[in-house]
Amino acid sequence: MSMNITLSREDVVRLCERVEGAQTRAYAIPKLTDEYPNMTIGDGYAVQLELRKRFLAAGHKQVGWKAGLTSKAKMIQMGVNVPSIGFLTDRMSRPESSAISTFDLVHPRVECEVAFVMKTTLQGPGCTAADVLAATDYVLPAVEIIDSRFSGFKFDLPSVVADNGSSARFVGGGRARYAEDLDLRTLGVVMEKNGEIVTMGASAAVLGHPAEAIAMLVNILAELGENLPAGSFVMSGGITEAVAVKPGDSIVARFQELGSVSMRFVE
Amino acid sequence: MNDEKIQQYGDELYEAFVSRRAIRPLLEREPDITIEDAYKIQERFVARRVAAGERIIGKKIGATSKPVQDFLGVYQPDFGMLLSGMVYTEGDTIDLGQLIQPKAEAELAFVLKADLQGPGITAMDVIRATDYVLPCFEIVDSRITDWKIKIQDTVADNASCGVYVLGKTKGDPRKLDITLAGMVLEKNGELFSTGVGAAVQGSPANAVAWLANTLGELGIPFKAGEVILSGSQSALVPVVDGDELVCTVGGLGSCRVKFSGRSAA
Repeated sequence: MSMNITLSREDVVRLCERVEGAQTRAYAIPKLTDEYPNMTIGDGYAVQLELRKRFLAAGHKQVGWKAGLTSKAKMIQMGVNVPSIGFLTDRMSRPESSAISTFDLVHPRVECEVAFVMKTTLQGPGCTAADVLAATDYVLPAVEIIDSRFSGFKFDLPSVVADNGSSARFVGGGRARYAEDLDLRTLGVVMEKNGEIVTMGASAAVLGHPAEAIAMLVNILAELGENLPAGSFVMSGGITEAVAVKPGDSIVARFQELGSVSMRFVE
Repeated sequence: MNDEKIQQYGDELYEAFVSRRAIRPLLEREPDITIEDAYKIQERFVARRVAAGERIIGKKIGATSKPVQDFLGVYQPDFGMLLSGMVYTEGDTIDLGQLIQPKAEAELAFVLKADLQGPGITAMDVIRATDYVLPCFEIVDSRITDWKIKIQDTVADNASCGVYVLGKTKGDPRKLDITLAGMVLEKNGELFSTGVGAAVQGSPANAVAWLANTLGELGIPFKAGEVILSGSQSALVPVVDGDELVCTVGGLGSCRVKFSGRSAA
């Protein structure tokens, strides 16, 4: 993947402000490539890192990263062979079993993921799934609440990368486990909305094994000149399809061997 | 539907099975056929196979997932009989030449250690009566042209059962979470689909309890030693000569099967 940047510094700042406005005031905007059709993935990351700089300057604390577009079906659809990544901050974290407001979101959707907490720093390129497992403190189940700021959830890779991979909120919970005590490839997952099963799958849906997604994330970070620091919380990508939620909805994500993560949505 | 017609259609399905030549959908010819009629046709079809030397060794539950139920327009499962001529074990190669239009589905098989007599059977009774569970493939096949089936057609056709393959790793449902166990299906070394036990009626044990109760109404018990295929946890996989499938159930193990030859359609 090329991290070639074609946008001028002014354009990066301009697009960052546009995404920041949409994220913080919860409104939909057209995808960025409508105006910048030649925008590259590298440009997308330049906007994302500018956005992170602003959030950190405003006092947000980065807690980790997330991998997105990690299922084969999604990658084929987007015509890419790498996942996208996005940063996660403390402001996006919500506790398990809590009420999550939707007034500050555009069109939230939820997906089930296996999350990793790292005990040692990982540096790409060349990071493998085995390296990831060796560097993992523990794994836990998580629900990511994604929220594309693009109208109708319609986007392309440069736009979604600029929008921080549609990151919005996340909930970690359930049971912390050592990765070596589990078969992370075959974990079954069931998502229930208001007591009804809405989507299901097994963890191999994520690049064959969730640790593969973390390895790719570390290798993308290397291309951006960064590593994955010890202590990071990292989500490996949706095992299930993303399900739309609205105020009044209650979600329970049930994971084999990892317990469950629940939350409800309010105005 | 009168007995004569039931016998006629049961015989037609048996002939289709023997000759590997699919027949027109029954419902197209008999629009008023009921599900009850269809089970009587199935009984005749199965009786012909038994008369030809096979034994009934278990049951299969079909139409357990929401996508299949939506497709068939029914909101309960169906069932068919497992016969001794359908059995393969892991490592065998299945000859497609004996089938018409096969598709594979990955499932959990239950082997019982105690009789279960419905009605009144719960999922808890199913676990109590289960000796062990196995990963398995059911190779479904339709004796109806181009799989143009409605619920009556598939029920009459022994729930579209073809053959089945049992894996070798036994799991105890008291130790294994059969509801949340993931199902990973690979075709020729590539990930094909994933699923989970809950895809089958919320839990495979619910499907087995449903069948115990449904058969109980008809006075038929589950017998110790019977094999019950609990319903597909995967997408349907079309198979051709040379294909190899592996399904892996999280916390349990895998079942691997190869295919050779050409099916009729």
